[in-house]
Amino acid sequence: MDNICVEDMETIHEFLVESDENLSRLDQDLVELEKHPQDALLLGSIFRTIHTIKGACGFLAFTTLEGITHQAESILSQLRDGERELTPELVSLILETVDATRKVLASIEESGKEGPLRFEALVERLSLAAQSAISVEQPVAVGDMMPGVVMDGLVFEAIEGTSFVSAVAQAEKPIEDEITQSAEGKDDEVKRHSAAADSNIRVGVGLLDKLMDLVGELVLTRNQILQFNSEGEDPALNATSQRLNLITTELQEGVMKTRMQPIGVVWNKLPRVVRDIAVDLGKQIRLEMDGPETELDRTIIEAIKDPLMHLVRNSCDHGVESPEARVAAGKPAHGTLTLRAYHEGGQVNIEVGDDGAGIDVVRVKRKAIEKGLLSPEHADKLSEREALRLIFEPGFSTAQSITNISGRGVGMDVVKSHIEKIGGVVDISSRFGEGATVKIRIPLTLAIIPGLVINSGGERFVIPQVSLLELIRIDEDSPGKLIEYVHGTPIYRRRGRLLPIAYLNEVLGLKTADRAEAVSMIVLQAEDRQFGLVVDGINDTQEIVVKPLSKQLKGLTLYAGATIMGDGRVALILDVLGIGQCSGVFGETREAARMPENQRQQPEIEQQRLLLFRAGSFQRLAVPLSLVARLEEFPQSAIERAGGGQVVQYRGRILSLISLRSVLEPDSPCEEAADPVQVIVFHEGDVNMGLVVDQILNVTEESITVRQRLDRKGLLGSAVVGARVTDFLDLSEVIRSAKGSWPPSAHGNTNCKRVLVVDTSAFSRGMIRGTLEMAGYVVLEAENLSEAMRKLEQQQIDAIAAALDLQANGDSALLVALHGRSEWSRIPVLALVDTEHSMMALNARKAGFQDCQAKFDGPLVLASVARMILPEALIETSPAYLGEAR
Amino acid sequence: MATEKALKVATSHTTTQFSTFFVANLFFGVDVLHVQEVLRSQPMTSVPRAPNVIEGLINLRGQIVTAIDMRRRLLLPTRLGDHPESMSIVVRTADGAVSLLVDEIGDVLDLDPSSYERPPDNLGFAARELIRGVYKLKDRLLLVLDEERTADLALGKAI
Repeated sequence: MDNICVEDMETIHEFLVESDENLSRLDQDLVELEKHPQDALLLGSIFRTIHTIKGACGFLAFTTLEGITHQAESILSQLRDGERELTPELVSLILETVDATRKVLASIEESGKEGPLRFEALVERLSLAAQSAISVEQPVAVGDMMPGVVMDGLVFEAIEGTSFVSAVAQAEKPIEDEITQSAEGKDDEVKRHSAAADSNIRVGVGLLDKLMDLVGELVLTRNQILQFNSEGEDPALNATSQRLNLITTELQEGVMKTRMQPIGVVWNKLPRVVRDIAVDLGKQIRLEMDGPETELDRTIIEAIKDPLMHLVRNSCDHGVESPEARVAAGKPAHGTLTLRAYHEGGQVNIEVGDDGAGIDVVRVKRKAIEKGLLSPEHADKLSEREALRLIFEPGFSTAQSITNISGRGVGMDVVKSHIEKIGGVVDISSRFGEGATVKIRIPLTLAIIPGLVINSGGERFVIPQVSLLELIRIDEDSPGKLIEYVHGTPIYRRRGRLLPIAYLNEVLGLKTADRAEAVSMIVLQAEDRQFGLVVDGINDTQEIVVKPLSKQLKGLTLYAGATIMGDGRVALILDVLGIGQCSGVFGETREAARMPENQRQQPEIEQQRLLLFRAGSFQRLAVPLSLVARLEEFPQSAIERAGGGQVVQYRGRILSLISLRSVLEPDSPCEEAADPVQVIVFHEGDVNMGLVVDQILNVTEESITVRQRLDRKGLLGSAVVGARVTDFLDLSEVIRSAKGSWPPSAHGNTNCKRVLVVDTSAFSRGMIRGTLEMAGYVVLEAENLSEAMRKLEQQQIDAIAAALDLQANGDSALLVALHGRSEWSRIPVLALVDTEHSMMALNARKAGFQDCQAKFDGPLVLASVARMILPEALIETSPAYLGEAR
Repeated sequence: MATEKALKVATSHTTTQFSTFFVANLFFGVDVLHVQEVLRSQPMTSVPRAPNVIEGLINLRGQIVTAIDMRRRLLLPTRLGDHPESMSIVVRTADGAVSLLVDEIGDVLDLDPSSYERPPDNLGFAARELIRGVYKLKDRLLLVLDEERTADLALGKAI
């Protein structure tokens, strides 16, 4: 065919494209077939594929190709007709044929001719193999496969002196060379072939890229028009720009969809690669794929192809151990390589994991010191996680020898930079002896994302919407929405959880606006950590085209890119993770602001605000601030005597006073009371009580862990607060003992309802008891389930407030016990937790609890109990004069 | 916004044409083939926490270009007093276009390679890092700027 006319060119092009697809499929099918040698459907499909190629070759007079494929076809025909059994050597041989075919096709694509290679040796082997069809007694499935050499040895014994086996044994060396060569050359070939066909898209990808660029520019222009229009009043222009808006959005979505491909497209090449490496190294490796249908933008797929290949090779080469070593370690002889891909939170997660030897952190550290990457002292201080990350440093390689397979001067640092170039992050986790997993996270679309426009320090920035959780406006007028300071760090209480806060102006070194009354805060999430970012102002959400930063700025972790706004000016896009790290909200270790994953893990100990005061010889007493209504001061002259005790007129009511000192230390001599008198006022429902103390000390915020339970009347126990030992007041007991029959049992709208409080912590029980008794409930306590059941048997209980006790199967032992008895099954139960978390509440309700509250949130606990007991009644809060209480 | 200076007619094949500019009392030239355009001052978006030499980012017909202040790059003091607005010369590098902020734009010069020399020793330290060579002109020295090195902030001991 010297003269190739245009029609021929078209035909050849078609042939190349089709064959490329066919060969890809052959790769996969053959590897599958090896696992299931009896699969007739697979065999048939493979046969047909080769037959098709052979036919086309004949038609186009590609004689070399025809020769190769003809032989392969014969062998396959024998297999299909059951005249022979499949052996690993046979599979290797056919795969070799596939590779040879690819080489010839590449040559054809370049020059239109088959090229100089004739593959005589291959053809010879193929025809030998075809001629001597052997049936072996026991076909060996891959699972039992012994490494190449040994296998041959076995076969040798079973079937002596057969020409096939000797041909294979003789040809062993050339096969090895060719396999190694082809394994290496494969990548280059794949790249070359992408010119002819790229997976299953028949549209030229150059065209798709061009479309994407144009859409990007269109979005920018639309933004500009919208900007002009927002200032204008022309209705016709309005309508047209709206329409333009809609069309652009749809066009953008459509084009983005065309560029999405399932990651399986990249993964499909890997079974063959893994198989070849395994055979080469004498290892047994199984490849599992989870999530091949996960779709990614084409550019991402292009970018991660090489890194993925490298990671897979790495795992096969350095990760998975030899079968002997694995068995010796008590593992199954075959290693498993797992590929996983899934979408999460606007990002794509790709994992390459193996159950191999894992990473020896000691060796990593040693290597790093050798390479001069860090000093021995520094290495000592590294956590395991930080040590693992050393692998990503340039110039690092722990392979004993840089093997042909994975160490072509390409290291993990290149993988990292490849991934980071497209805005992704890569991390590695490992358990020594058990395996290692490399995790990659990449943003879903590179090009066009929705973003929130904010301004700070006189500059305008954009925050990717995907990282945005909530916008909160904090102003002094809204109670309970405050920025608080814990050990000097600003935090914000969001739904019971503490959120660390960063100020964007500080992070960026911009001038801070004058302290305004209201402050705008954005709740952001990066990976699984959350924080609040205070900015000067929030504008609106826009779709922006992300343009990468130039080389000079790439190193700045604060920014993810830049974009051109509607007015033509450039705006920087903030990198949420970078901002979090730079501001220090994430702290030294990654554990600092992490979201709780599982309620059953150690929950955060809620910080409690405490009122500190002293009375009598008790220098430091504390009571939860949530129970305190007000702190007051009365002159001695205001105190009057009534009903056998001291009272004072207070806000239109009569406030009964209790001298704490006389309750705690009844025998101490009566000292001259201070003037003015310090009073802590408690107000629960219709109850008013004033506790006279010597001095109010402070309000502080601490997490409470009661260290010691005291058997002292009026005290719950003691704990360290503000670095000093502090006694905790048992408020209810104090009030009760002062008033004798306190709390009144036949008053209020609680009508002597009995509530059982179940909690292992005496302190917690005391707190909740105090809250409930103040509201007029009769409270019983139980430390555990058996005690609770005892109390239930003794008395009529109207409601239970119990610490949440969910077991692994989601059930609560308490509820199970309650439902076991018909007379108890109707009792409403409130679940108490240390920190309220929506997941917890959900799980609690699922288990059968009526409600779930944080145990230290007095008012909410009270409201819940009231609701549970009297669901239809309205809760009255009208005060009653204490005079009536008698 | 873009201003182009008229090109002088090349007199022979062997001469090279240079776009020239002034930074303080230094006279620089860049091969015209590496120059994309010359601009007046542009609306600039500053980049907080970026290296000091980076003046900011500009929008060049939809392309986001980094602007480098040449005085800071060369460790020279900032211009004092009243001065006309800075000009920019946009050069092409391997990693994309970069805008160099300079004091003044000079003429396009046709230079004979025979007058090309190695940089003299008495050149300031920062300048020497960024220069390829010099041309001895009648009344002054033309420093041939290496735009790749200039744009590479790791080099030249930039602040």
